[in-house]
Amino acid sequence: MNIIEAKNIDFYYGDFQALKGVSLTVAKNSVTAFIGPSGCGKSTFLRLLNRMNDLIPDIKLSGECFINGENIYRKGIDVDVLRKKIGMVFQKPNPFPKSIFDNIAYGLRVNGERSKEFIRNRVEESLKGAALWEEVKDKLTHSAYDLSGGQQQRLCIARALAVKPDILLMDEPASALDPISTSKIEELIYNLKAEYTIVIVTHNMQQAARVSDTTGFFMLGELIEFSDTKKMFLNPDKEQTQNYITGRFG
Amino acid sequence: MRRFIEKSIEKIFAACGMITTVTILLIIVFLFKEGAGLFNSPEVEKGYALCVNAANPIEYISAPDVKKIYNSAITNWSELVGYDEYDINIVLFRDDNKDIFEYYDDEELGDDFDEIEANIPKKVLELIASTPGMLAFVREENLKKNAKGIKVLNKGTVSSDNFFFGHEWIPTATPAPQFGILPLILGTLWVSLVAILIATPLGIGVAIYLSELAQSKVRDILKPAIELLAGIPSVVYGFFGLVVLVPMVQKTLGLPVGETAFTASVILAIMALPTIITVAEDAIRSTPRAMREASLALGATHWQTIYKVVIPYAASGISAAVVLGIGRAIGETMVALMVTGNAAVIPKTLFAPVRTIPATIAAELGEAPGGGVHYQALFVLGCVLFLITLAISITAELISKRQHNKGL
Repeated sequence: MNIIEAKNIDFYYGDFQALKGVSLTVAKNSVTAFIGPSGCGKSTFLRLLNRMNDLIPDIKLSGECFINGENIYRKGIDVDVLRKKIGMVFQKPNPFPKSIFDNIAYGLRVNGERSKEFIRNRVEESLKGAALWEEVKDKLTHSAYDLSGGQQQRLCIARALAVKPDILLMDEPASALDPISTSKIEELIYNLKAEYTIVIVTHNMQQAARVSDTTGFFMLGELIEFSDTKKMFLNPDKEQTQNYITGRFG
Repeated sequence: MRRFIEKSIEKIFAACGMITTVTILLIIVFLFKEGAGLFNSPEVEKGYALCVNAANPIEYISAPDVKKIYNSAITNWSELVGYDEYDINIVLFRDDNKDIFEYYDDEELGDDFDEIEANIPKKVLELIASTPGMLAFVREENLKKNAKGIKVLNKGTVSSDNFFFGHEWIPTATPAPQFGILPLILGTLWVSLVAILIATPLGIGVAIYLSELAQSKVRDILKPAIELLAGIPSVVYGFFGLVVLVPMVQKTLGLPVGETAFTASVILAIMALPTIITVAEDAIRSTPRAMREASLALGATHWQTIYKVVIPYAASGISAAVVLGIGRAIGETMVALMVTGNAAVIPKTLFAPVRTIPATIAAELGEAPGGGVHYQALFVLGCVLFLITLAISITAELISKRQHNKGL
């Protein structure tokens, strides 16, 4: 079943067209990676899935985007509810200036959860889900800023998991991390696939090859190729893809 | 050569820092040095002594009591001594050249004018020595001649108790000037407190509106307008207050006068607003976009994001804004001078005239003889004002630090 379905999406920042007729589908419980050179529109596409682009003034969008069969750009949609269903992890770790516990509990609390018991259990569950529990279980009241960069990023993943989203969007989640932290995150992505649909944007092609089932290659706002990861990296259909993957440009 | 130039530029900047620091220190030292003399100054008017009959058990009469005696609020020594031991009415001897004739006639004093003139001091002393209930201010130089049977009171200096906790500020009263600064301190705090209570919620509200909610078109108009507000000279605000607000307050509230603590608070609040808004808005805007996005991505609404993430993140900046606003309100002179009514009484309501420290200094320094007690008292007032603002900024610093530590 396709959880995400984008149909012919054009996207403009002012006069600049960032996406040109992008159409794709993402299957449930799969990992989809978007690759492409800087400024190709892959992050823009990711951020329109949870309507994060709404924060930017003077944008324009045409086309349709369905998530769980619902057009997320129809009038009257509740963006807050939509975002609750779609977790997001950003390029740089961005924990709140609060304790580790409060960071994870934040999403539950803003969604009206009052039960302390429930929150405590969910915090533990989420931290375990993000493979961080063992490292922080004794210092939940410490500031999130006491953690290392890699730990902070896993904290942000745990924070996103706490509200039980259907989809997890990751915008270059490992680009600011060292190789060891990166491999931990990749392992985590692999494990999370069982429960979540993951869409990840990355500059690192090896990473895309390692973690994803499907890969999309963006260039200059167009989705050049979108296919099975193995096929994409071994035998791409388009020459542009071939050139990019082999490092001839990009 | 280039190295030399770079070195000298560094030196110049270092010198700038030094000069600023030294200047600030010099100002503080000057302030305290000028004020420090106060508590070494005689309590009684310079060159005079407060004298009573030697049989009088009294040792000290505080400045407020002297005033009460002169106002006939105290008429019997027993009230001052505290028990009935010396139940004698106070006889005031006010003026050498007038009162003396009530006790002696011309012949007793001398034959001609010069002789009378020369005799008066002696006769005054005689009079005090022979009248048990008499209280008199006598020139110090006259006392040297013959002080038998006379006791000199209040040889001490201005007492800090009377200064800081005295209820009356009448620095020009003779023979007993009243230096009680309590009404001035309370007046200042009262006016500033109310001003800041008005300005803080309004200012933070506007800051949130400007940074989070306003359309960019609205912001482009509103922001420069608010900054313009900061550039208006305080005397213009005072003028506005005097001409517009004072009559308005008087009429709508049916008060005998419109120059009240409340009127001043409103104007001071308007004056503090631009500072609070600008600084708080900058603080709110400086919250990283990543923080907002993280919150929104978790399904928080815009408003939840504002009060759970943005405001806590900007808390130290916002408290800095409030402190700057308080600083502006406490130190403001012109407006306070123009619209508070300047009555040096301890404020009991918002709707009565009060007097603030800066207004007092501004109004009186020109008339206080340099180096005199009044002059020194004004400097001590300056020191008090300085210490109040210092205390406020230190508190604010601590609060924002604590919030920061708790948050991060």
